[in-house]
Amino acid sequence: MKIGIPKDGRFGEFGGKYIPETLAPAIEELEKNYLKIRNDKNFKKELGRLLIDYAGRPTPIYFARNLTKTIGGAKIYLKREDLLHGGAHKINNTLGQALLAKRMGKKRIIAETGAGQHGVATAMACASLGLKAEIYMGYVDTLRQKQNVFRMELLGAKVHAVKSGSKTLKDAINEAMRDWITNVDSTYYLLGSAVGPHPYPLMVRDFQAVIGVEIKKQMKKIPNAVIACVGGGSNAIGTFYPLIDTNAKIIGIEAGGKGVKTKLHSAPLTAGKKGVLHGMMTYLMQDKDGQISETHSISAGLDYPGVGPEHAFLKDENRVEYKAVTDDEVIDAFLILTRTEGIIPALESAHAIAHAIKISKKMKKTESIVVTLSGRGDKDIDIVKEYLAKNVKNKRKI
Amino acid sequence: MSRIKEKFNQLKSKKETALISYIMAGYPSEKITLAAVRGLIQGGSDIIELGFPFSDPIADGPTIQMASTESLNNGTKIENFFTIVKKIRKESNIPLVLMTYTNILYNQTYLKFISRAKQAGIDGLILPDMAIEESKEYVKAAKKIGMDTIFLVSPNTEKDRLKQIIKSTSGFLYMVAVFGTTGVQTKIHKYTLDALKNTKYAAKGKIPVGVGFGVSTEKDVQKYVSSGADAVIVGSANIKIIENTPTNKVQTRIATFTKRLKNKTR
Repeated sequence: MKIGIPKDGRFGEFGGKYIPETLAPAIEELEKNYLKIRNDKNFKKELGRLLIDYAGRPTPIYFARNLTKTIGGAKIYLKREDLLHGGAHKINNTLGQALLAKRMGKKRIIAETGAGQHGVATAMACASLGLKAEIYMGYVDTLRQKQNVFRMELLGAKVHAVKSGSKTLKDAINEAMRDWITNVDSTYYLLGSAVGPHPYPLMVRDFQAVIGVEIKKQMKKIPNAVIACVGGGSNAIGTFYPLIDTNAKIIGIEAGGKGVKTKLHSAPLTAGKKGVLHGMMTYLMQDKDGQISETHSISAGLDYPGVGPEHAFLKDENRVEYKAVTDDEVIDAFLILTRTEGIIPALESAHAIAHAIKISKKMKKTESIVVTLSGRGDKDIDIVKEYLAKNVKNKRKI
Repeated sequence: MSRIKEKFNQLKSKKETALISYIMAGYPSEKITLAAVRGLIQGGSDIIELGFPFSDPIADGPTIQMASTESLNNGTKIENFFTIVKKIRKESNIPLVLMTYTNILYNQTYLKFISRAKQAGIDGLILPDMAIEESKEYVKAAKKIGMDTIFLVSPNTEKDRLKQIIKSTSGFLYMVAVFGTTGVQTKIHKYTLDALKNTKYAAKGKIPVGVGFGVSTEKDVQKYVSSGADAVIVGSANIKIIENTPTNKVQTRIATFTKRLKNKTR
């Protein structure tokens, strides 16, 4: 079940490279270069140094004593990716890919972003490595994540607000791909999640696998359960991949929005169907004609109708269990963690916390759960404030 | 023999280049689509390419994106598309090509979708996100049903890859003229003309080569015709006419524009 380099770019039947012909030479060049540096000692050394000195690795594993006591079940540990430079796991991948781009002699970097975390992490990596960054962001997302737009601009990146389609992450990816088709020679497309045509899902997983590798080292014994949130699925695959061949129960949490029985969610693994989008075959949210559905999530970072092909594979192999939690449950979890531990999680990460709370109650006190806290929640406080103002029920909790 | 092949054979004997005209089905309505098709036929278009909208058209520029979104907002479904095709078939025997994205076919399975398309009267398929590496099942299904698979090549497609693509192509080969999306106006680059020469050489006269993306004026058409293209493909320019013309005049304006372009291919 553990696939090193996917044959023909496929994890089982999932993945591949469904791309316009103009991108074929670029994808081939990327694959060749990536496979070459993948085992290059100097590249590893340079990236390792940056991850330590610049990004702040390794991140701690924190035993959430108060949260555990409040819930009263299994011990909950948090993998603190929120403490990384930039406030999220995204920097693990952007440093790796920006370094690769530099080695390939590319000077112009483009990227998409949902909540803005990948855009910020790209802008940071590019500033530090002397590269020019342009970021595509859905217009709706630029409104709900204004602060991140300004952060990117401060860091020297140019931000393009995308007004086509649903004006969110999927449209930002469409527009980045159109830019890449137009400027294929000069430009490196720095994709932020474990999605897209091969070799992106492989590359992003490799760069994020540092999360799971550290978890394995830091925990005295293999945890009984490991949980991470899944949008495109980069922090999740980074957490899961090194643990696939252990006996840990692995759970990925999708954005259930207003409920997976409504149309307002972003949970393709829970309620989607196989299809082709953004260069990959995977589970997608789509209507019966194959049009991609508009998604909903309280967290912009999970608001995506597809999912990385390796997750689709791990679901079908029954190695990873994928569940969804609702916006309401996410807000509850956000408030509980904030109050008990003094840690404000990103709304994306709060999805994983919500599920940990659910299952820890049913587990023994001697058992352990590791939750990847993929990012910090400063960017989300306005959304939470607005949500609480509208939902009196939750407001009583503070 | 497929309608497309037959058409190219006819044109060859007349020493004419094919004019292939694209419009988006359901934009701005089913009725106007039919009016535009009539205009294209009147104007002398040789092959009609009908777009079926996809929610995420990554190979398309702003004009066709707009038409896709409008068509979807108008409620265009696969059923409506096949209805339009059947109506055209009642009036004309012109070769009809469907351009859409892979997921639309994948959703129903290649075999099922292609057989429905064939039944409705479609002769060939263009899928801009169908890479040759992923096309085995698709080509197999199309062969079985007798549907032409029109693949795209780009100015940066390497020689060996070009050969591989030509092997899987039937009907005609679609050469993308520019690095970019559909409908972006630009001058004709030297790299495009070089690529056309190389592509024609690789095709060895076995498969016609059509040039599209950014082809919008009589001058463009003339240039590609004199450079040896077997077909020129005009898309976004038609959409722009439809966008800017009162609905009762769409048919005549499209016919006039098409006639002017077609004259340059003779």
